[in-house]
Amino acid sequence: MSPRFPRLTSERTSLATAGAHAAVATSLKKRPGSDTVKGQIFFALLLFAVAIAMLALAAVILQNAIKGSSAFGTHLITDGPSTIFPEKAGFRPAIIGSLYLMAGVILFVVPIGVGAAVYLEEYADGTRWWNKLIELNIQNLAAVPSIIYGILGLAFIVRGPLDLGFVALAGALTLSLLVLPTVIIAAREAIRAVPPSIREGSLALGATQWQTIRRQVLPASVPGIATGVILAISRALGEAAPLLLVGAATFVTFDPQPLSGGYSALPTQIFNYALRPQDEFKVVAAAGVVLMLIVLLMMNSFAIWLRNRYEQQW
Amino acid sequence: MLEKVADQARRAAEAASGRGGTPAVDISGVAEGVTHGHARQGAKTVFDLEGLTVSYAAKPAVKDVSMGIHENEITALIGPSGCGKSTLIRCLNRMNDLIPSAAVEGHCFYHGQDLYAGEVDPVEVRKRIGMVFQKPNPFPKSIFDNVAFGPRVLGFPDVKERVERALRSAALWDEVKDRMDSNAYGMSGGQQQRLCIARCIAVDPDVILMDEPCSALDPISTGRIEDLMLELKEQYSIVIVTHNMQQAARVSNRTAFLIVELDAEEDNRWGQLVEYDETDKIFTNPSDSRTEDYVTGKVG
Repeated sequence: MSPRFPRLTSERTSLATAGAHAAVATSLKKRPGSDTVKGQIFFALLLFAVAIAMLALAAVILQNAIKGSSAFGTHLITDGPSTIFPEKAGFRPAIIGSLYLMAGVILFVVPIGVGAAVYLEEYADGTRWWNKLIELNIQNLAAVPSIIYGILGLAFIVRGPLDLGFVALAGALTLSLLVLPTVIIAAREAIRAVPPSIREGSLALGATQWQTIRRQVLPASVPGIATGVILAISRALGEAAPLLLVGAATFVTFDPQPLSGGYSALPTQIFNYALRPQDEFKVVAAAGVVLMLIVLLMMNSFAIWLRNRYEQQW
Repeated sequence: MLEKVADQARRAAEAASGRGGTPAVDISGVAEGVTHGHARQGAKTVFDLEGLTVSYAAKPAVKDVSMGIHENEITALIGPSGCGKSTLIRCLNRMNDLIPSAAVEGHCFYHGQDLYAGEVDPVEVRKRIGMVFQKPNPFPKSIFDNVAFGPRVLGFPDVKERVERALRSAALWDEVKDRMDSNAYGMSGGQQQRLCIARCIAVDPDVILMDEPCSALDPISTGRIEDLMLELKEQYSIVIVTHNMQQAARVSNRTAFLIVELDAEEDNRWGQLVEYDETDKIFTNPSDSRTEDYVTGKVG
């Protein structure tokens, strides 16, 4: 307070200042206007959507866990299937069949998928009509129902030109076709994430385009590609529809071979048990569902861990 | 064929006389202190540009540039934004090939060989003419692997020696010799840029092109890199693009000044070379009034 001015003025000044402060404080405080309410409703709806997704997953796990709890035991993995003794029914051939199928899928899908992605990202001229057509095609193929791939496999792989018959290799090829578009898309995203400055830096040193891809771009995109491949395999693991058409004969009692004889897979075996009239087999089917869910959750968690651990921050 | 020409040039450079003295010159209104603006008399040209014009999708970016870049000197390209300095420098090592819509007319002679002739392999060109970019772009590998990448892909046998030599030349060896296996991204911006310079030197180029190498760095790192440039020009020819004309005054022997030209309807804009001379002259007594306006800060 200045001593030069009369007391009256300083009182007015302080009142005016206090009034200004109060006005600002009021204007800055939150007001329950309609926009705020809309925001809160929106937020609540989002939480509701997440809750439904979580509840659905929890329901599947819990229902099968409870139903199949009496059938849990190592015999699920070590014993072959049985039509007569549900207590002794296991998934052994189905597990081995699924393992062969997954190995086959990895073998085919990684080189072809990564190769296609490298071509589309590094070599293809995106303005040409045929390259645009390829891209459109791949996006669409990723959305085609899996049963169509089953029919494709039956017509061209089991019979037709390849004529492999109903063997595990045919099943692996069919599943590879099914997940190939997904792998190509994931690999393309991983390759695209490598910034152009890295490529320019490499080329400016006198490296060829192929050297740049092999020594800079691909190593940097491995985590992204690996994540995509693992997610694709976990999808292939759970597909029953195409396998039914290419001969995953739903009842196989022997350990399958990759190139000969019949084979089965986890999803088809579960399907078979679930169809049986006796309740005990349905319990076995539920146990199989839990087994498959555990494997899928482990694979997906591994993929996420891999991505988080090795993801490159550019 | 390019190899023979480059080797001849290098031997000739070693036999050439040293550079001129540099008395303190007062550059009124621009910069104080010592400049390195004296060009070596009778120095050979590494590049001869004749009527060089670059267009992107048929729109010209820089028109009709003719100049000679001399050996073992630092040549600076200065000018306002958009005048085509980066486009021009990228012509010198065929980096514009990476842009599909880019078209180059005119000639760019490197030791007498037209770089854009049909039989010239751009990969071979880039082995001899290296580039350092504006934003440091180390590879996501260890420091050793970064510098070793060039020698490895080019098939040099003595990788380890080259890496050490390059890091010493780039004034980085003492700072990193104990952590050669650590990730290059753990270094500061200035260190990363020096790493990029070391990476470039490791393949023994003839020319080093620098596209605004210090614009992303702090003043101390900038000073270090400028000192580095002055050391490096003993062995290499350096062309630098800079939007900081004081930097050009500090380090370069010759300076080229470009401006932006507009056509009548102001639809198209392209870069044009206004003046190219010894740095001293450009900053103290330029021939063109546009140059004078720019270096004295009358226009931006």
